[in-house]
Amino acid sequence: MKVTEIVEKLNLKVFSGKEGLNNEVTNGYTSDLLSDVMGHADAGNAWITLQTHKNVMAIASLKDLSAVILVKGFEPEEDMAAQSNEEGIPVLGTSEEAFTISGKLYGMLQK
Amino acid sequence: MKVFKADLHVHTVLSPCGSLEMSPAAIVKAALEKKLDIIGITDHNSTRQCRVVINEAKKAGLTVYSGAEVTTREEVHCLAFFENFEKLDEFQLFLDANLPDIKNDTGLFGYQVVVNEQEEIVYEEEKLLISAIGKSIDQVEKEVHRLGGLFIPAHVNRSKYSLISQLGFIPPDLKFDALELTKHQDTSSFLKSWPYLKEASIIRSSDAHQPEKIGEAFTRIQMENTSFKEFAMALRNAGGREVIRQ
Repeated sequence: MKVTEIVEKLNLKVFSGKEGLNNEVTNGYTSDLLSDVMGHADAGNAWITLQTHKNVMAIASLKDLSAVILVKGFEPEEDMAAQSNEEGIPVLGTSEEAFTISGKLYGMLQK
Repeated sequence: MKVFKADLHVHTVLSPCGSLEMSPAAIVKAALEKKLDIIGITDHNSTRQCRVVINEAKKAGLTVYSGAEVTTREEVHCLAFFENFEKLDEFQLFLDANLPDIKNDTGLFGYQVVVNEQEEIVYEEEKLLISAIGKSIDQVEKEVHRLGGLFIPAHVNRSKYSLISQLGFIPPDLKFDALELTKHQDTSSFLKSWPYLKEASIIRSSDAHQPEKIGEAFTRIQMENTSFKEFAMALRNAGGREVIRQ
C-alpha cells in the first residue's frame, strides 16, 4: 500500500517529505524510544510516534522507513521537517492517539 | 593548577526516589568522608534544596555546584548547573512553568520535601518531580545557556532516560558542555562507538540517592580553584584546565 492511500484513508495531514508519498508501506511500528526503533523497525514500516526531534528523520532514513506518523496533533520541529524533505520521507500527522491510529493502520494493512 | 575530585550528580531528600536520609548535613558528611572537593546537587526538575546544601557545605569547605536534573519532553535526563542563586532561581521559574500539574503519590514515588539545616521539613513539593517537563531537549539547552549555565546530558549510555535510549544517538549539533557516563561504561569503548564525540568532556558521577552511594563514581578536574568559572573553563578544555579522562 502506498503512503498516499494511507493519507487518504486515515485522513492524515502531510507536513513534509511529499516526494516520498509513493513509498510502499509494508507494515507499521509504534514506539517513542528511538533506540528501540533503531533496533527493531523494518524497512518499509510506517513509524507511529509522538517524538518530533530531528533524530527521528535520521533513524527513519537509516532504517529505510516509508513514513513517520505523528500522533495527538504533534507537529514536526522545523529541522525535522527540513530533513524529511531532504530525505523524501513524509512526516504525516493525526489528532488521534497512537493506540487508535495503530489499530486503524493495522486493519488496513491486514486486508 | 590542582586536581579536584567531583561527584556532580547527587540527589537529595527532595527527589521522590531520594532516600529521606539524604539531608544536606548527611550529604556533606558523606562527601567529606569520600574526600570529594566538589559535589553537584541535581534533584529531578527542582533546584529548591540547593541553598541549604550550599550553606552546610560552606561551613565544611566543600564546594557545591547547584542545579537540577531536568527531564526533557523526550524523557532525556540532563544536568544543568548555574553560577549563582539569581540564575538558579530564574531557572526554577522555567521548571515551575513547564512541569505538568500531576500530583505526587507519596505511597508510589516517595516524599518530595525540602529540609533546613536542622533537618526540619520546610516545604513539600506537591507536583510529581519525575514527570517530563513540556520543553524539548533543544529548548532546555537554550534556556540553560541563556542563563549562562552548563548543560550536561546525564548517564548517556544508560538504557533508560538517556539521550541515546530516547533519541537513538547523540545529535551531533547538540550544544552540550559535557556528557556524563555511568561508572560501568568504559570511556574508550564508548568513544569507539561514537567517534564524533572524541573531543567531548566526559564526566562520571554517582547519581546517588543514598548517602553511602555518594562518591561511588567521580570526575577528576584539573583547574586553579573550584569556582564555577574555572569549572566552565575545564569543560571547554581552556587555558590548561581540563576534565581528566579515565
